[in-house]
Amino acid sequence: MAKAFLVLDDGRIFEGSSWAATGKTFGEAVFQTGMTGYQETLTDPSYHRQVVVMTAPHIGNTGINTADNESKKIWVAGFVVRNPSTITSNWRSERDLETVLIEQGIVGIQGIDTRALTRHLRDRGAMRVGIFSDLDISREEMVIEVRRTEVMSGAYLSADVSTPQPYIIPAIGEKRFTVAALDLGIKSATPRALAARGVEVHVLPFDTKAQEIIALNPDGVFLSNGPGDPATMDEVVDLVRNILLEEIPIFGICFGHQILGRALGFDSYKLQFGHRGINQPVLDKKTGKVEITAHNHGFAIKAPTDGIFNTVFGSGEVTHLCLNDGVVEGLQLLERGAFSVQYHPEAAAGPHDAAYLFDRFLDLMAKYPRKVGSI
Amino acid sequence: MPRDQSIKSVLVIGSGPIVIGQACEFDYSGTQACRVLRAEGIRVILVNSNPATIMTDPEFADATYIEPITPEFIEKIIAKERPDAVLATLGGQTALNAAIALHKAGILQKYGTHLIGADVDAIERGENREIFRTIVEKIGGESAKSVICHTMEEVIAGAAILNYPVVVRPSFTMGGLGSGIAFDEVNLRQIAGAGLRHSPTSEVLLEESILGWKEYELEVMRDSSDNVVIVCSIENIDPMGVHTGDSITVAPALTLTDVEFQKLRNLSIDIIREVGVATGGCNIQFAVNPDDGRIIVIEMNPRVSRSSALASKATGFPIAKIATKLAIGYTLDEIKNDITQVTPASFEPTLDYIVVKAPRFAFEKFADADPRLTTTMKSVGEAMAIGRSFPEALMKALRSLERKEAIFEFPSDIAKIDKASLLISMQITTEYRLQQVQQAMWAGAPIDEVYDATKIDRWFLHQIALINDRARELAQPGELSSSVLRSGKEMGFSDAQIAKLRGVAEEDIRKARHHVNVRPVYKTVDTCAAEFEAFTPYHYSSYEEETEVRSRTKPAVIILGSGPNRIGQGIEFDYSCVHASFTLRDAGFETVMINCNPETVSTDYDTSDRLYFEPLTLEDVLEVVHAETLAGPVLGVITQLGGQTPLGLAAGLKAAGVTILGTSPDAINLAEERGAFGKVLQQQSLTAPEFGMASSQMEALDIAARIGYPVLVRPSFVLGGRGMEIVYDDIALSGFINRATDITPDHPVLVDRFLDSAIEIDVDALFDGNELFLGGVMEHIEEAGIHSGDSACVLPAATITSSQQKAIREATLKIAQGVGVLGLINIQFAIAEDVLYVLEANPRASRTVPFVSKATGVPLAKAAARISLGATIAELKVEGLLPNSVDGVAKGISVKEAVLPWNRFRRTDGRGVDAVLGPEMRSTGEVMGIAQTFGESYAKSQISALGPLPKTGTVFISLADKDKTSGIAPAKALVALGFNLLATGGTADFLATNGVLAHKVRKNSEGSGPMGERTIVEYLNGGDVALVINTPVGRGTRADGWAIRTAAVQRSIPCITTTAGFSAAVEGIKALQRGELNVLSIQEWLKK
Repeated sequence: MAKAFLVLDDGRIFEGSSWAATGKTFGEAVFQTGMTGYQETLTDPSYHRQVVVMTAPHIGNTGINTADNESKKIWVAGFVVRNPSTITSNWRSERDLETVLIEQGIVGIQGIDTRALTRHLRDRGAMRVGIFSDLDISREEMVIEVRRTEVMSGAYLSADVSTPQPYIIPAIGEKRFTVAALDLGIKSATPRALAARGVEVHVLPFDTKAQEIIALNPDGVFLSNGPGDPATMDEVVDLVRNILLEEIPIFGICFGHQILGRALGFDSYKLQFGHRGINQPVLDKKTGKVEITAHNHGFAIKAPTDGIFNTVFGSGEVTHLCLNDGVVEGLQLLERGAFSVQYHPEAAAGPHDAAYLFDRFLDLMAKYPRKVGSI
Repeated sequence: MPRDQSIKSVLVIGSGPIVIGQACEFDYSGTQACRVLRAEGIRVILVNSNPATIMTDPEFADATYIEPITPEFIEKIIAKERPDAVLATLGGQTALNAAIALHKAGILQKYGTHLIGADVDAIERGENREIFRTIVEKIGGESAKSVICHTMEEVIAGAAILNYPVVVRPSFTMGGLGSGIAFDEVNLRQIAGAGLRHSPTSEVLLEESILGWKEYELEVMRDSSDNVVIVCSIENIDPMGVHTGDSITVAPALTLTDVEFQKLRNLSIDIIREVGVATGGCNIQFAVNPDDGRIIVIEMNPRVSRSSALASKATGFPIAKIATKLAIGYTLDEIKNDITQVTPASFEPTLDYIVVKAPRFAFEKFADADPRLTTTMKSVGEAMAIGRSFPEALMKALRSLERKEAIFEFPSDIAKIDKASLLISMQITTEYRLQQVQQAMWAGAPIDEVYDATKIDRWFLHQIALINDRARELAQPGELSSSVLRSGKEMGFSDAQIAKLRGVAEEDIRKARHHVNVRPVYKTVDTCAAEFEAFTPYHYSSYEEETEVRSRTKPAVIILGSGPNRIGQGIEFDYSCVHASFTLRDAGFETVMINCNPETVSTDYDTSDRLYFEPLTLEDVLEVVHAETLAGPVLGVITQLGGQTPLGLAAGLKAAGVTILGTSPDAINLAEERGAFGKVLQQQSLTAPEFGMASSQMEALDIAARIGYPVLVRPSFVLGGRGMEIVYDDIALSGFINRATDITPDHPVLVDRFLDSAIEIDVDALFDGNELFLGGVMEHIEEAGIHSGDSACVLPAATITSSQQKAIREATLKIAQGVGVLGLINIQFAIAEDVLYVLEANPRASRTVPFVSKATGVPLAKAAARISLGATIAELKVEGLLPNSVDGVAKGISVKEAVLPWNRFRRTDGRGVDAVLGPEMRSTGEVMGIAQTFGESYAKSQISALGPLPKTGTVFISLADKDKTSGIAPAKALVALGFNLLATGGTADFLATNGVLAHKVRKNSEGSGPMGERTIVEYLNGGDVALVINTPVGRGTRADGWAIRTAAVQRSIPCITTTAGFSAAVEGIKALQRGELNVLSIQEWLKK
């Protein structure tokens, strides 16, 4: 097996073996602590430009199937696994993980001390990384190459991941609502969750104009997850403000939550190493209940967590908090139909504890119906 | 919600004796509960009949009742203590059943107390199969098709609907007791018959077979705010058909996608809500069809279980501790995660390592037992191992079992392996199936063929193939490169395995490995895959880059635990290790525990300053010693507290330059090696029974003639009372040698004089090199010949004279001096015709140490640990750790009784195994009775071990000829107490000539009489006998005795097999008839 190196921008180098595609790749090093769901992780557009370190040692055991893809391709910039499986064993498995990674040119590395790497990232923060697999290149050169790459702060990535053309996911069963979903890197589980509740979902490119959305006369607007720094999203933030002015109910998740937060006038900031896992405890401040949730975010919104805040769109409040570190996990406006969560109610991968939020979106659309004749 | 301030005192119900299916994991959970409650300032009242537990130490509760766990006794405790609440979900099925009975009898209400942690309705919903089924259906899950039956007729009719094979599951039993898979009607009648009897509600469930499906368990917790978390997922490598306690299991689940796992998670959450377990933990089992993913919900345990202990150790999430906090009102988000210190307990642990649990069995103790693994749990212990990959964890788990046969072998001559017959034999699950799988694959069997034979998921089979591949690389001739060596170590190969593959000594591999600096690093179990910093040093080894062992300045003492529970080495040794850890921590040392048994208190991450969850082999221990030496000063290793396992490592450790604290390996050898020990006795002019070593049958007969019958005979290469027999004549001796030994000069047979009807004495003592402290002198109730572990005993000794007592003390001192003990020593003596014989000496903590400590209030294990580190007995007396008396003084009269697992085992013909005591130890646990008189104390011990002794009714007596005379007096006493006696011909005639009237009853072999007179077995099955006295004639010859004893065991009728036990039982019955047995806490006893 050829040698491969994982090189961090602070100079630490892990030596392992090549796996998946060979060559080199760069991105932001992040660790993912889920014990299941590698396929969903790989195909989640939010991981665009990130080199994902899986903390679970055995990855690939259940192969790859078509049904569990969250998008049409693998998005991670690189994949770091301690023990990739050389066999797949599952009745739904269609293909072998490594084959798929090679096909899509995803450079990987195996056999490194992923726990040491995770501890390093935890202590020093997410940083730039390169994987050099089966290449004849000196350690110094590798570090230099890594340091030449772009950092995630300030990265504008929506154009890379968004759909070029609008498409429609039909409602399952009786159609109750129409939702315009702004694709900032949407996972297929989200429209699926809405469709299952009788929502016809119009998935729209990230640069769709407010007027185009309004023209669709949707019952609600959904802001999807996605990669990049929310501080770069001024145009979408403006668009959201327009939607708010139109008083169309809004539901944002993850990146979409950060956009809503910014639209309400809050700042976003980069977390030390982010939340990436499917075991994160989130407190619903209203009910006092804890839900175990799927997270994938490197940025967060800074908002007052006690009491009510005021925005140009009226008063609002922080609805959810991460119990591990107190990060703001949910926002809502009190006088308008707009709310968002930093985590993933659609799960995939992860627990389904937060699925009720889709129902809440439907309730909101019922509460704030489309104004008659507003077309 | 903060804690319920109205709760100021709590009664915690323990789980009683260690039995198969309910072992020391409940000491772990109960101890945690007691600690949590006391830390909250709540008064803790504890009841547990098991003296070997750590929870029954006086320091863990405010009032500790070592009393029977029955509604009658618990009511007395409640009446006396008036607890605000009762916590019964941490004491296994025993505690739960007792709590339900108390509730149903209105006792809880009567005294104004209530259950916390679970309510009776929820328990019923979880445990009653019919109700549970409807719940599963209601939440949209699926159960196996099934029929509930209360009679055999219903059973037979039900099977006709479901088609064979069918699974039989009795309701309300633990560890799958009485359940099994029936392949035909004959089979079904046996299994369901037993199941109907074992079930307290005479209810069994017949189920469609889902044999061969994938099997999963989820550990779930819920709090009063309805927050639910999944603590751990466990996948059984052995698919459906084998009890999960007998399966090799892995955590986390490894062969499910997220979509499939979330289905199990959702079902679990819906079930715990619907069942209504308001606070606490439960475990839910699933079967998944490997071909299409169809999910069947199998069952739930609405309480902390064996799997919870495993899950706690596997994840670092202390389920019992959290369950206790939830029971007193906290919610999950209010409880801090000890390990990270900043995050709350309301999360789901994520693992960046793999955990493998492997069961340990004791089939060699039950020669006629059916070795097939079924849905009735049969294992007596388990080992857990942690690695950064599945192969690493598996290989570590297998060597943790301390069984040569469990370790994968890679013979160079593959042609010698009969692959075809292995592929057939592995279709039936037995103890070493995985080894058969590995051997067959080593010999070239393809994964698909092995899968067809076993249904073990191909992923696991592939991992075994990878291990075999690595073995091939390691075996390549030529120099062993450091990269190949490292890759072998990463796969979990031990130095010994690599040495064997390369035909060199283990020591050579170790040297070579150290030379190229291939050494393990130690990672941390942290609940969160390194997302947060861990503050608890709970470590496991792996061959990787970065170690997480922190440096320290305090001097460290390393304590070796006792490994997986087995018959003869169980919780008692964990007790001693934990005590040592506590006392040494207090004395200012840094304590480091090494152990691999997930059921124990010693492997709780906050018992010692550091915990290494590692196999107890020389290699693994040496590496920990090395790592700790790099971290700071290490004073040495304590090997005398964990039983034979660490003791066996002492010499190797010393040879490798490690300091052994306490009794030296040379001294250990002096006591253990027969010849050397003989010399010690000779020098001290002490007597041992005569013995000889025979290398042929003739020689054996000669020795027997010289020393006189009866003799105790055993092969020399089997230790621990295995394969022993007492024979009374030449024919029996020859018979045993032919049957049970392959006598040759290389395999000699030991022939010992057997001291017939001697009194056997057990002594536990401390020696500091100068002074002796005699902890206790125990007298066995059964005479010599019954293994000391299986014999009931009484403290203080009942019948020995003060001059004998003096002689025992002197002999103990002489042996301790002669051997060179520093710490604990246990000596077995026998007194026959007023001569004191030394039977054996063990220079270590013994099984009886906790019993003696409870009976006398002296913490012997703590004192031993301190003596190991240089304290003297005089100093410890000044300090107050030891009392000021010369020796230990018993408070009241304490009786220890053994608990035997007869009802777990069946022969291949489906009938029970013989329930007879002998020189081989077979008991899994013990109970203690403490009272003012022997009779009361014995009665309590019997109630705890067997269930109540009868106060009235019919007693059946059948005595062997040698026992007839000594049986007259107790038989007479029974008649005087108003009992009716039944006896078989010989015994009835003998009793009649001695003036005792017994109704003559037909033997089983005689069949029913011409007028339909019933045989004794029919009497037993009819429920017309309250107590059985049956002493065996000799081994294997007496079908009648066997039929009687097995019938008694199957019907849970107390069965006593010695006349000494008979006499003691009569004393107990007298005490019962006299009226109320009182309860008194250990704390009160100690004040006396």
